[in-house]
Parts: sequence; C-alpha cells; structure tokens
Amino acid sequence: MPVNMVVCCKQVPDPEAPPAVFKVVNNKMTLPPEVKPVIGQYEEFALEAALKIKDTVGGKITAVSLGNNFVRDVIKKSLAVGADELILLEDKAFEDGDSWSTANALAAAIKKIGAYDIIFCGRQSSDWDAGQVGLGIAEMLGIPAVTLARKVEVSNGKAKVERVIPDGYQVIEVTLPAVIVVTSGIGALRYATLKGIMAAAKKQPVVWKPADIGIDASKLGAAGRRSKLDKLFQPVKESKCEIIGGDTTAEAGAKLAVRLREAKLL
Amino acid sequence: MAEYKGVLVCGELAEGKLASVTTELLGCGRKLADELKEGLYCLLASDRVGDASKEAIAFGADKVHTVEHPALKEYQADSYLQVAEKLAKDVSPRVILIGQTSMGRDLAPRLAFRLGTSVTTDCLNLSIDPATRLLVQTHPVYGGNAQAVFTSESMPQMVTVRAKTMSQLERNASRKGEVIPIKMDIDTSKVRTKIVETVKEEAVGIKLEDAPVIVSGGRGMGGPQPFQTILKELADLLHGAVGASRPPADNGWVPEHLHIGLTGKIVAPDIYIAVAISGASQHTAGCSGSKHIIAINKDPEANIFREAQFGVVGKYEEVLPAFTNKLKELLAA
Repeated sequence: MPVNMVVCCKQVPDPEAPPAVFKVVNNKMTLPPEVKPVIGQYEEFALEAALKIKDTVGGKITAVSLGNNFVRDVIKKSLAVGADELILLEDKAFEDGDSWSTANALAAAIKKIGAYDIIFCGRQSSDWDAGQVGLGIAEMLGIPAVTLARKVEVSNGKAKVERVIPDGYQVIEVTLPAVIVVTSGIGALRYATLKGIMAAAKKQPVVWKPADIGIDASKLGAAGRRSKLDKLFQPVKESKCEIIGGDTTAEAGAKLAVRLREAKLL
Repeated sequence: MAEYKGVLVCGELAEGKLASVTTELLGCGRKLADELKEGLYCLLASDRVGDASKEAIAFGADKVHTVEHPALKEYQADSYLQVAEKLAKDVSPRVILIGQTSMGRDLAPRLAFRLGTSVTTDCLNLSIDPATRLLVQTHPVYGGNAQAVFTSESMPQMVTVRAKTMSQLERNASRKGEVIPIKMDIDTSKVRTKIVETVKEEAVGIKLEDAPVIVSGGRGMGGPQPFQTILKELADLLHGAVGASRPPADNGWVPEHLHIGLTGKIVAPDIYIAVAISGASQHTAGCSGSKHIIAINKDPEANIFREAQFGVVGKYEEVLPAFTNKLKELLAA
C-alpha cells in the first residue's frame, strides 16, 4: 500500500555555526550574512524517515514549510532529495509565531492537502527548541502521535516505531493516520543526486497564503501567539580556564594530572 | 470564568519511587506556591503509587492526588492524558510544572493543546512577577546560544523544567499534607498506541547520570575505537563513565544513550573531562551543571575552553596517554 506522507520542514539559521556568531540585538537573534539558512537538522531526519518508507513500500511525500522569505535553493532541498511536492505557507502573517499558531496553521494546511497517512516532524526546531509542533498538529487533527522515533516501518495500515527512551528503546505500534516525531538515529539525510537537483530546479513550490488555508490573520504568527516573548538575551560568560602548557603536548598532559591532583579534584 | 489557583506538579515514579526530577519540581513548586500564597499539589499516576505519595509530602506537597490503574503501568500518552486532563480541570491550578523528561516532553505539549493553553518547554529558571503574578519562564533557544523569557496570560501557565536545574527541599517526614486517592476509569479503547516491546540498551556498569566522573569524547575522536580504549581506560581509572557529544552518537560510534546534550542526557558530575569536544551550545547544555569541567582540544579557540576550569591545547592522542599514565602514578603513590 503506497503511503501518503507529509513532512514539515523549517528553514532556520545554520545551527552548526560557531556559538560566537549568534548575537542578540534588540531582542532579536541577528546573524552575519555568511551564516546561511538550512533546513533544520531534525526536519532533515524526518525527511529521511519518509524517504526510507517511500523506498520500501512506495508513496508520495509532500513537504510543507511555514515562514516568510524562503531561500528557494535551501527550501527546495526537500524536492531535490526526493519529495514529490513542496507547499510553502509563505507570508508576513506567518512570521514570529509560537508553537500554537504554527501548529494551527500547519494542521489547516494538512487538512487542505487531504490525503495523509503519516505526518513526519522533527523533534524540535533548531532555533526555538520547543519540541511542540508535531504534537500540536496531532491534537488538532485528532490523530495519535509517537515521539522520538528512530526507525519507522509501515504495514497493514499501521506503523511500527522504535521510540528512544533514556535507557534503550520501545517498539510502539500505532494506527494510521498518525504524526511521527523523529529524532537522530534514523540516519543522515541522503545527498541529492544530480538527477534530483535537475528535477527540483524545474519544479515550482506551491505557495499558500493565509486565505488559502482559511485562517484569519489574527490567529497566525505573532498575532496568534499564546505565549509572549518578553526578552531574548545571552548570559555573559567569562572564561576562567587555566590552560596548562608544557614543552610538548604530552608533557602538558602529565602536568594537567599533577595540577588536578594539587587542586584535589582527582 | 474559572478561578485558577495553586501550583500542580505532574510527578513521575522511577522503579516505584518518587523520581528525582519530581522532588526537584516540588522544591521549585514550593517556592512559587509560597510566593503566590497558594497551595502546592502533586499528581502521581501509576499502576501502584504506594509510599511515593507520602514522599511527595515530605518533599513539599500540600496535597497529593493519586490515581492507580493497571493501564498506567507504563507511560502511554493516550492513557496518561485522560488522567492529567481531568485533574488539571478539577484542580484548576494557576501553574503546572512537568519534568523535561521522556514522559514530560511527550505529555506536556499535548496537555497544553487540550487545555487550550500554552507551554514553555525545557525551562531553566522560573519566578513569579510580583506585579502581574504571572510565571516568568526562561527557556534556552538557538541550541543554547541564547535564552528567551516568556510569560503567558492563558491559564493554566504550563512549563516543563530541565532536570538538575532546581533544588529539592530537604526531606522532612513530619511535614503535614493530604493524600487524595482518585478513582478513575481509563477508557483503554482510546489508547491508539501499543507498546510491543521495551528494550534496555544501557551498558553494564555505572550509569551516566549517577557517575561522579565522566570522560566524554566528541567528533574529534575520529571513530568508535577510542571510546572503547583510551577514554574507557581513563574512565575506569577514575571509577567514572564514558559519554559523548552528539556527533559520535549520530555517527553510530557510541550508542545513543551515551549522548550528552540538549537532546541527549543532562548530567552534572563532579568532574567532566571533555576530550576533542568543540563545546557547541547544544552539548554544553547537557554538561554545564558539572562542578569542574576539564577540556582537552587541539583548537585553542574551541568554545569548550570558555566552559572549562582547566584545559590543555593539543591532540588528544598525545595529551591523554600522558595524562592517564601520570594520574595512575599519582593515584598509586
């Protein structure tokens, strides 16, 4: 049975950028232009989970992204690696939402897409790290959800999911349709093939505005927030590291042992 | 409009006992409740709650609501939610505190959406704004590169709290409180998931969360082998455990349960030795509670040196054997 899948992908500033370039100015994160946007790391795992299912049992993958001013080359990566369609909820009204307004808009878009067996989300976005949207979509659509998935198999209208727990994993069976929230361990997102990149270049994403999903602007983005951001800041951290040196690095290693012993740490 | 009063802790049991994260939440909840001059309530739901309810009182709760049902033996969202939603509506608290744990991450957002409110996950700091009496919620964002402060006027105000960030009260067995057992039917036909199997993967030996010393390796280790040799040798010498940052876990060099960081384990040992770990905020989020951090890295600009108290700049292949050998010598003397 081919599986209809939706994968929610967010465009975020590259989380692998060195910590020093993250600067808060006037309650907003500002990053230098050399830090490029990417698809969030956990959304990449979610995409890979969907592609693995498409590989084994076949199906259709629709990628959905919500935001504004998408960089086309970045957000179209989903198409290049094998998603069949890309829908962009792209409008100023979608900006600066919280988990509630984001999940609400995505759920409305998924309802409009109509046919879905599995909705894949990443465990948390690489910018706001909230980890709520997947579960929010499940609640709004009234379907079950399994979180922290590291392996997913589909058969007979059910999914079998390995869910990571602190000391191992659980095998969980869930009826479809369902939301599956993916963590690492599923495997890195495959590279796009040249053929995939060429095909993606020819495809145009579908752009939906608030009116297309039938949601009033007062419930979207910043206007639809339930929680208010009062302040964004960076705690000042002074480095107090005592660097132990030596003529060779091996000597420095031995001196470190002596120093730690002196300090009665070990 | 319903009146919202008091602080409710959604507790957890670990092997039949009150989980340490729950005692931390009770410590934090007690302070918030005292500031509000309102009560502190605790929910404990399991197949058997037993003495944990009295423990919750000893650690600060005024009222402990217990729900015992066979369907609550193992956490499953669809059964727990029925309990948590009912209690949240009956107690009508101003604030709900949940641990940022395997269960809390899965439960809290669903409960918030069901109650029509919001939740701030993974909070490090909570206080009451004296002017508005609202809960001020601090949550690290951008992988720990910044912190965001949220408030919400939608009630109840819900948060999940990172483990090991709040202090528990001293246990006081003479504290007075009330245990309120609740009879509840759980509609198991509404449980849409089935746990087919639970598999323990944890290695034998000392648990990462309990280890007084952790020797942790990063991307710079280059492969799985050094985790089993050079890092393990040092960890064994210090009666500690081996851990890792995210790349080694993602690359399959070590099992996922050794991953320390924002999306892995949160640890707070006496000594944390970070070897070939650059110190991305995602990682330090999991180890910054350590008493002493010691860093070995070939890059003098590595962020880990901002977190560390002592450090050596150099290749771990050269530094670590000399360090371990000298330490052996000193410990034997």
